[in-house]
Amino acid sequence: MTDVLMPALSPTMEEGTLAKWHVKKGDQVRAGDVIAEIETDKATMEVEAVDEGTVEDILVPEGTEAVKVNTPIARLSGEGGMAAPTPRPAAPQAASQPAPAKAEAGGGRGQGEASAGDPEKKPPEAARPKPEGEGPAAVVPPQPLTDPELPAGTNLIKQTVRDALRDAMAEEMRRDPDVFLMGEEVAQYQGAYKVSRDLLQEFGERRVIDTPITEYGFAGVGVGAAMAGLKPIVEFMTFNFALQAIDHIVNSAAKTLYMSGGQIKTSIVFRGPNGAAARVAAQHSQDFAAWYGSVPGLKVIAPYDAADAKGLLKAAIRDPNPVVFLENEMLYGHEFDVPEGIDWVLPIGKAKIRREGSGVTLVAYSRMVGFCLEAAEQLAAEGIEAEVIDLRTIRPMDHQTVIESVKKTNRLVTVEEGWGPMGVGAEIAARVVAEAFDYLDAPPARVHQEDVPLPYAANLEALSLPSVEKIVKAARAVSYK
Amino acid sequence: MARGQAGATGRRKANGVDPKSGAGKDELLRYYRDMLLIRRFEERAGQLYGMGLIGGFCHLYIGQEAIAVGVQSVKQPGDQIITGYREHGHMLAAGMDPKEVMAELTGRASGVSKGKGGSMHMFSTESDFYGGHGIVGAQVSLGTGLALADKYRDNGKVSFTYFGDGAANQGQVYESFNMAEIWRLPVVYIIENNQYAMGTSIERSSSETHLYKRGASFRIPGEEVDGMDVLAVRAATAKAAEHARSGNGPYILEMKTYRYRGHSMSDPAKYRTREEVDQIRKTRDPIDHVEELLEKQGWADEPTLKAIDAEVKKIVAEAAEFARTSPEPDPSELYTDVYTEVPA
Repeated sequence: MTDVLMPALSPTMEEGTLAKWHVKKGDQVRAGDVIAEIETDKATMEVEAVDEGTVEDILVPEGTEAVKVNTPIARLSGEGGMAAPTPRPAAPQAASQPAPAKAEAGGGRGQGEASAGDPEKKPPEAARPKPEGEGPAAVVPPQPLTDPELPAGTNLIKQTVRDALRDAMAEEMRRDPDVFLMGEEVAQYQGAYKVSRDLLQEFGERRVIDTPITEYGFAGVGVGAAMAGLKPIVEFMTFNFALQAIDHIVNSAAKTLYMSGGQIKTSIVFRGPNGAAARVAAQHSQDFAAWYGSVPGLKVIAPYDAADAKGLLKAAIRDPNPVVFLENEMLYGHEFDVPEGIDWVLPIGKAKIRREGSGVTLVAYSRMVGFCLEAAEQLAAEGIEAEVIDLRTIRPMDHQTVIESVKKTNRLVTVEEGWGPMGVGAEIAARVVAEAFDYLDAPPARVHQEDVPLPYAANLEALSLPSVEKIVKAARAVSYK
Repeated sequence: MARGQAGATGRRKANGVDPKSGAGKDELLRYYRDMLLIRRFEERAGQLYGMGLIGGFCHLYIGQEAIAVGVQSVKQPGDQIITGYREHGHMLAAGMDPKEVMAELTGRASGVSKGKGGSMHMFSTESDFYGGHGIVGAQVSLGTGLALADKYRDNGKVSFTYFGDGAANQGQVYESFNMAEIWRLPVVYIIENNQYAMGTSIERSSSETHLYKRGASFRIPGEEVDGMDVLAVRAATAKAAEHARSGNGPYILEMKTYRYRGHSMSDPAKYRTREEVDQIRKTRDPIDHVEELLEKQGWADEPTLKAIDAEVKKIVAEAAEFARTSPEPDPSELYTDVYTEVPA
């Protein structure tokens, strides 16, 4: 004996009208036969039999309105042994699940598809290893990360950021045959910004692959190759063009490990210049740190100097997770000290204090670190000792280093090239307020691009972007000077 | 839909057993069994959805069974399979445990994705199944990437990359076609043309409705296949796979098929007539077709088919019971599998 239940025909349906019976008492039905029509407020749907048997009884007559989902509407006499699940409306939710999961399964159905990823839904308390945000235990290192010590006698050489990035790729490609580089103009042209210079010559076209101008497609091809176990480095000529590929970075690369219950890993690096260059106007001048930094499953790195560029790119290539590696075109030609002759790999997720100070904390990443260091010089002349923190990694963010600094300086200025609203600075300020509120002597200040698309005209461009002057001004303001 | 639209490739020739494919009794019985398992599984999934045990979106494969089963019969170990969100049938054909698949549909810890993926997002590296992707067309670039990995490793494997007539209008499909051909990647693109991209018919959505021609400007060969005939699917896939495996690059197969149910469980399918659906079910059902072939050969005595029916019913009933009674994921699973631990 099998009860045929009033089915839910959409995520939101709770009741419906039994519009029509296609069978009557005594009829034989087979699996797949249409037995009834159900009307909801949106549509009329057919109900098919799942089991075969004889219609023993029609329990809800044709024309009945407001029949609740899961109400038995007919009874089949079957062969027995394989009866359909008995009508138990609350079966999935009734078991001893925690309340939030129940709300998701039950309440969510009433709200339709939007409920599935509702970020406002609080996770169960038991599952929250940390009191605020930044939950995944896996990305919060159990021990404080420290930079590797330079072995005594290590020689430092002057190297551009461009060459440091190149060396990082070359060293990792020598080390691991699964690492390869793909992107526009990376091979024969030697890189649109010459970051991949000589790689084709050393590794050949199998491992240094020129792609057509087709960001969405080649990002997906890279992620697919990563799913198969290779370790692609996907170069975007700039991250502005990666907007066409952001679906694969977010939906395919960042989420698949989770959606597959840990089965499918994507060890892949998406890299290229990010942020404003010079006079290339709005479509070629965007900072995406906050965009990618908001996505669980991604790691996001934005180095400043050559040693960090090298050490962190090597770490990114070795990392088993998808990494977005944000470079800056304006820094490619800058020279910095880089350790020579050692396997220089830096920890992802560790900020670096670039200058110590007790008066105000300046937090920045990428090119803005240089601006902050300059601002700190000016401020020092005015008697304000600024501490400059280079985040280096946007996600997972080293909030602890920032918070410890603010506890010392009691003042915070964040600096980013991107727009302010929902930005990196907003995130830092929120965390500092949440965890070091009592230490603050002034509201945190944010320096960022003005809230407009980046203009072309030289004067407007300068007005729009962060500058040393704007940083100095903000630092004075939080210092009440 | 006009009769015969689904291709003259195999159906009418197939009196008994297609001489080309040379399918024997055991093979035909296996195809019958595998297709029936998919059908019964999907019917039960539809029922569990109706009971509220399955949430969100649920896209059933009923009517298209011959494609996944026919392709699987050609697949060699290590060849990869990847498809969109109508993937339950591909997973069962690939030999994944119906219990784990059904438990994923109900969002349980014992589901193939631990309950975190749901109907549209399932994977099994053991079965060479790479998903289960929810963004229309994304699997085409990803499947091309699987083929890039095969070529990179020179391992002789082929990527079977499925997508539908709806995805066939996505730009990244053509970006991928282009790269697959210039790099000669071993990928077979299998277009499951079930005539409707959600509610929009192929005639309304596509300027060129013969999708097998869509590779022409990339110099990719393509052909139309009767996707309701498992032997026609098998024969065409064998040829395409051989082409790709031998280093000749990609191949496109347009499988003409039909889904009996709506696009998803919440689609009443008012964009087509019941007569159209009934006509296909009556005249072109892929399972009935194999049954006929078996009967014509005298290979399908009633007890044999009844035994298969009973076996399939039992598997599906057990899967449903397992999916219904398995516990939901432990709350501690919320924060697992976001990142892979970095090896020390």
